[in-house]
Amino acid sequence: MNRIEKTFENLKIKGEKALVGFVSAGDPDIYESFKLIAAMCEAGLDILELGVPFSDPTADGPVIQRSSLRALKNGINLKGVIELTKKIREKTSIPIILFSYYNPILSYSPKAFYYDAVSAGADGVLVVDLPPEESDEMTSLFSGNELSVIRLIAPTTPKDRISKITASGSGFLYLVSKTGVTGSYGINTLEISQKIDEIRNFTKLPICVGFGISTDNDVKEVSRIADGVVIGSAFEKLIEENLNNIDLASIIKDKVSKYKLATKIIA
Amino acid sequence: MEYNKFPDSKGHFGEFGGRYVSETLMPAIIELNEAYQKISVNPDFKIELNYLLKHYVGRPTPLFHAKRLSEHVKGASIYLKREDLAHTGAHKINNTVGQALLAKWMGKKKLIAETGAGQHGVATATVAALFGMECKVFMGKEDVKRQSPNVLRMKLLGAEVIPVDSGTCTLKDAMNEAMRYWVSAVRDTFYVIGSVAGPHPYPMIVRDFQKIIGIETKEQILKIAGKLPDILIACVGGGSNAMGLFYPFLEDNVKLIGVEAAGLGIDTGKHAATLSAGTIGVLHGSKSYVLQDENGQIKEAHSISAGLDYPGVGPEHSLLKESGRAKYVSATDSEALSAFKMLCQLEGIIPALESAHAIAVGIKKAKDIEKDKIIIINLSGRGDKDLGIVENIYN
Ligand SMILES: Cc1ncc(COP(=O)(O)O)c(C=O)c1O
Repeated sequence: MNRIEKTFENLKIKGEKALVGFVSAGDPDIYESFKLIAAMCEAGLDILELGVPFSDPTADGPVIQRSSLRALKNGINLKGVIELTKKIREKTSIPIILFSYYNPILSYSPKAFYYDAVSAGADGVLVVDLPPEESDEMTSLFSGNELSVIRLIAPTTPKDRISKITASGSGFLYLVSKTGVTGSYGINTLEISQKIDEIRNFTKLPICVGFGISTDNDVKEVSRIADGVVIGSAFEKLIEENLNNIDLASIIKDKVSKYKLATKIIA
Repeated sequence: MEYNKFPDSKGHFGEFGGRYVSETLMPAIIELNEAYQKISVNPDFKIELNYLLKHYVGRPTPLFHAKRLSEHVKGASIYLKREDLAHTGAHKINNTVGQALLAKWMGKKKLIAETGAGQHGVATATVAALFGMECKVFMGKEDVKRQSPNVLRMKLLGAEVIPVDSGTCTLKDAMNEAMRYWVSAVRDTFYVIGSVAGPHPYPMIVRDFQKIIGIETKEQILKIAGKLPDILIACVGGGSNAMGLFYPFLEDNVKLIGVEAAGLGIDTGKHAATLSAGTIGVLHGSKSYVLQDENGQIKEAHSISAGLDYPGVGPEHSLLKESGRAKYVSATDSEALSAFKMLCQLEGIIPALESAHAIAVGIKKAKDIEKDKIIIINLSGRGDKDLGIVENIYN
């Protein structure tokens, strides 16, 4: 069993759902970023999605756009993200998913990326702008299957695509809760739960829901219907609001603890 | 290679093109492709489109023998394909009429567009008014300043202009923002992309709507000169006017030259010469040449002309470059400005600064070859929108 499978298995036993946290690697800078992530892990984060900053993040709203730019300004690149992954791996055994746009990986070379990411201790990769139709050119250069390929399903994804997507994914599925970019708030639980039911017809993979989730209550509601909850912009917003605050790490840590509590809903 | 067989069913032009978009948009571009395949061959659609091209756009546009310019350079005969005389003053309208009509047939009533020079924004706002559709145009804050007459035009035409202040505040960022907006409004909104860029099927659709330029040119030159031209020259931003001119000639023995913007000079790093100085990458939904750094981050482009100021290029041009079918060269800001002036004074035509890049190279080529040869330059647009920029430079 790999780290992702083990994580979901353990959570099931405990009656909890996965808290998946996204942060841009290297935001606000490489050193602080490591400290923040370490704090998040200590506070009970179940899965880390480590964002690879990109100059033109077309699927992201203003908050993650700004966090990507901060990180890029402070010198992060994919090589740096992989080094950061290695450092985080020394601290924690939670799954680490590298969350990227395709161009940085293409530029690095998918072959080298696979090798370096696996060596650093990454468990999966999610490439936002690489649908199954274009994915072979990357995965055919992977020399093994030690990196799960996390797939996105959107509210607009029709049934016949869902089966295609689930067949090409591994690790878990990421259900985008709403049409829109990251950081658009508010969720519709009924819609989400209908989509989850639809997806469950095709796969046994765990389903994590992201986009628009920011309050403890959102987390609670989504935890009732999904296997995990992904939070990104809410963390990045906190980082942005506390850039010069020496207590940033403990603020983030607090937030993670609260969210984590909200995933323990199964009475 | 049979050049006119691309793209394949998945939208690939050889190794280029494709559909690199987030899952939310995939169903929309698949739906668009299916709708396009069905609707574009419908005889009623074709009749409606041809009617609009003739009576609204003003096609066919003339092919004009620029005699004084030809004499001045003492070389080959230079002909100008007068897209500047199309309604709204540039070739962009060929595409927006086509896409808006497609949107109408698909039952979509809201249009969005990105724009650089504002020509595509104006052309989209124009057809939105014509069809009674709602229109939002995303435009980099920098370009809103540089191309203010076009901003006013769009507003008069009833469009909402949304200034984009992310990234470099130019065309690339306008396109980012349009894609972001489209993700949130994808169910009822049609995204009118303005060049042969973006995910499949856009590079194909835009080329198909622009190829009327080349089809007319071929008929016209055969009538005028009784033979095919020797060289075709067009400027390349995203590459739509060039693709439109080149496409019907791909299988002919005619040289094709695309002219990119060299800005302050390619070696200064301040340019927009994507095919000449870029590397292969993925931007805005397709694989093509892009200007990027060694980490795969997209670089800022620079050109005096807002319509060429883009760090990407349509995937079909990348194929034509790789295969050697077309050659891509560049002209600097100052070369474009002298060509601009020359055309004003020798032919009484004020060209768009974009088109002036093609003129600059056309003049050079005409000098290099025999007098009995024919060069056709695509005069993609008129220069009224650029008067402010040129005024600033001459002062
Ligand atoms: C007059 C004119 N020519 C050329 C271009 C460049 O676009 P493309 O390369 O798609 O023809 C523009 C873009 O705004 C334009 O306005």
